Amino acid sequence: MSQQEIAQQKLVEIFAHFGKPSKFSKGLFIFLILIVLFAFYALILQMTRGQIVTGMRDYVIWGIYEVNFIFFIGISYAGAMISGILHLLHVEWRKPIIRIAEMITVISVLIGPLYVLLSMGRMDRFLHIFEYGRIQSPIVWDVIAITTYLTCSILFLYLALIRDYALLRDNQELKISSFRKKIYRKLAVTYHELPLQKKLLNRGLSVMSAIIIPLAVLVHSVLAWIFGMTIRPGWHSTIFAPYFVIAAVFSGTAVLIIAMWIFRKYYHLEEYITEKHFKYIGLILLVLAGLYGYFTFSEYLTVWYGSETWELEVIYKLFDFSDYGAWFYLAAFAGVLIPMLFTGIPFFRNINTITIGAVIAVVCMWIKRYLIIVPTLETPLLPNQDYRPEYVHYHASWVEWSLTAGGVALFFLFFMIFIRFMPIIPVADISEVPENKEFISEKL
Amino acid sequence: MKNKNASRRKFLKLGLAAGASALIGGGSVLSAISKVNKPAGGDKVKMLSPEGKLMEVDRGHALCCGVPTSKEVRKGIPGRHFVMVIDLSKCRNARKCVSACSKMHFLQPGQEYIKVFLMQDSEDTSPYWFPKPCFHCDAPACVNVCPVGATFKREDGVVLIDNERCIGCKFCMAACPYSSRVFNWKKPGLKPEANYSPESSVPQKIGTVGKCDFCPDSFVSGILPDCVTACPNGVYYFGDKNEDVVTNGVEALRFSELVKNKSAYRYMEELGTRPSVYYLPPVDRSFPYERGFEELPEEMKKAYKVKRAHLKKFKI
Ligand code: SF4
Ligand code: SF4
Repeated sequence: MSQQEIAQQKLVEIFAHFGKPSKFSKGLFIFLILIVLFAFYALILQMTRGQIVTGMRDYVIWGIYEVNFIFFIGISYAGAMISGILHLLHVEWRKPIIRIAEMITVISVLIGPLYVLLSMGRMDRFLHIFEYGRIQSPIVWDVIAITTYLTCSILFLYLALIRDYALLRDNQELKISSFRKKIYRKLAVTYHELPLQKKLLNRGLSVMSAIIIPLAVLVHSVLAWIFGMTIRPGWHSTIFAPYFVIAAVFSGTAVLIIAMWIFRKYYHLEEYITEKHFKYIGLILLVLAGLYGYFTFSEYLTVWYGSETWELEVIYKLFDFSDYGAWFYLAAFAGVLIPMLFTGIPFFRNINTITIGAVIAVVCMWIKRYLIIVPTLETPLLPNQDYRPEYVHYHASWVEWSLTAGGVALFFLFFMIFIRFMPIIPVADISEVPENKEFISEKL
Repeated sequence: MKNKNASRRKFLKLGLAAGASALIGGGSVLSAISKVNKPAGGDKVKMLSPEGKLMEVDRGHALCCGVPTSKEVRKGIPGRHFVMVIDLSKCRNARKCVSACSKMHFLQPGQEYIKVFLMQDSEDTSPYWFPKPCFHCDAPACVNVCPVGATFKREDGVVLIDNERCIGCKFCMAACPYSSRVFNWKKPGLKPEANYSPESSVPQKIGTVGKCDFCPDSFVSGILPDCVTACPNGVYYFGDKNEDVVTNGVEALRFSELVKNKSAYRYMEELGTRPSVYYLPPVDRSFPYERGFEELPEEMKKAYKVKRAHLKKFKI
């Protein structure tokens, strides 16, 4: 069989799972839509009544919207860093999982910035940023960085998809509606696997993966600088940018593992996404957990040892069990050590434990970001002597929680829509003769 | 006493001379002092027009003058550098500044542009009351970070917010180390009939930021900021650094000499924000600090206490 034929066959096999949505996925789809609709209701409430419906007040001016923003942008590192780096290094085993990673990137970069809008008092004036934008403001840096990042990650995903669209267009066996055929024809442009086309495409992909890595680093650094540029304890730290970047790759990798697990299970991709993938990505997660733990340790040790009073006030809130202590220890220790245990020690290491470790990591990273934002804002320089409890302690309101749930639901919804139009496994890529065969079969 | 009065008059004259030379765009600090007779809860106020005519106008910022163009507002009054000196030794948390400010700016209940803190620098020292408006910093962190230039620094030192441009990102609130800014979380309750101007900050706009604005709109017509005139103890001195005069509505003093002689300081100068508000240290107090609790509602008292317990815990 020619390579083309193998590819076509694989395509048919894989797409067979996606062709007709099952009852379960239909139900899930409706469920997610309901959550998003409810979030929409919450949004309308917030827009009409103002942010009084949130838990934010004059001291804690940013709440879980900001947490979600950092969280989603962090997740986007799955595609940018993991798939970018593996692509650049020509790591052969990346191929079956690279598409999932890139989808995560695009979707989370689409959703993350929505939370910035939500935390703005006047969403309706968003365009003022373009009308009156001042380059001195880190927020403007952020807008520029994120739009570039989004454009590039969409391009990266699309370039990698062209070959698959060409396959889909040329396929005779798959029963797809003529409407879809038309879309595929459009999306495949005029790609026909000609040597020159292939060469150019590959070059384009390499360039994109080289661009997307520094871009991703930049995006998260700018994000960290929004906090780092202010004179506030817990934020005003020189290691904030690299700390955020490492945290982001860590959580992005963890989400990738979870996504791999879900797809493998529900779309029966055991043949493509193997235990080996989990182990390899698990090892990456292990290294990142170590790095992240190191950064955390270094950040808090220096601040605590230096014992500047304002800084200490925040630190003690984090260390104290009557305050944020339990959450802090959970996020800073359990969130790092458990994933390390499950990915690092062969005895514990299998697909399920690695995934559990990843889930713990993701949840703890969300909590950690909460602990970065809220306790600092609860500790102003001048004492907070407000007599209204809601002005002293922040509690996210149901509006914020439902919009958070809405974002997560939207994430899954986008995924469900994406996989209907994009092969989740890069068919054309995996049917190629591996460049480096022994690497694939190597025992871990 | 007699002597003191005489010296005051001297200052007055001094200031008048200085004021006359700097009389561009609005009255001088000293013409503002003519408004010594405080309104006894009335809504009318006597003021001296820049031409020297005595008139009676309604209180409240919304009701003053025409609205200047946005360019004028952003530029400020040329040749001026507004400053404030707050005498901590005279403050007893009477909170008249807070209520006057809230009234004049039509603030929502609970909102305060001026906050009065109870401070204690260390365990062994006595607590004192610390009224705090916006410091109108000369290196304002809030202005630096604003993505749309909605908050801006004027030539005359005043930092203002254009609520028609503000996108409500609250980055300025995060950046201001002194918690000077409040947010309009909901629709403003009071809706005075007025054309909005950043100089008056009235009417408030939902989803945007507000703060003490040094009342430049009043100043144009020769009225001192409301906190200055409302304070029964003459804690606030407002004035012009270039003119070198500050006044609390009762006496006018040379700014440079006042800050020198009384060892004025700026709060947390080390942050590099260069505030325009100076504090005179709480020495030789007019009142014991406990007096500040007398008229407070119970829940406010508790809020002040909480902080002190908190201080102990951290052994500050
Ligand atoms: S005190 Fe805060 S709000 Fe006022 S000028 Fe300074 S930084 Fe800006
Ligand atoms: S909240 Fe308004 S004034 Fe403050 S930084 Fe944002 S746009 Fe500027």
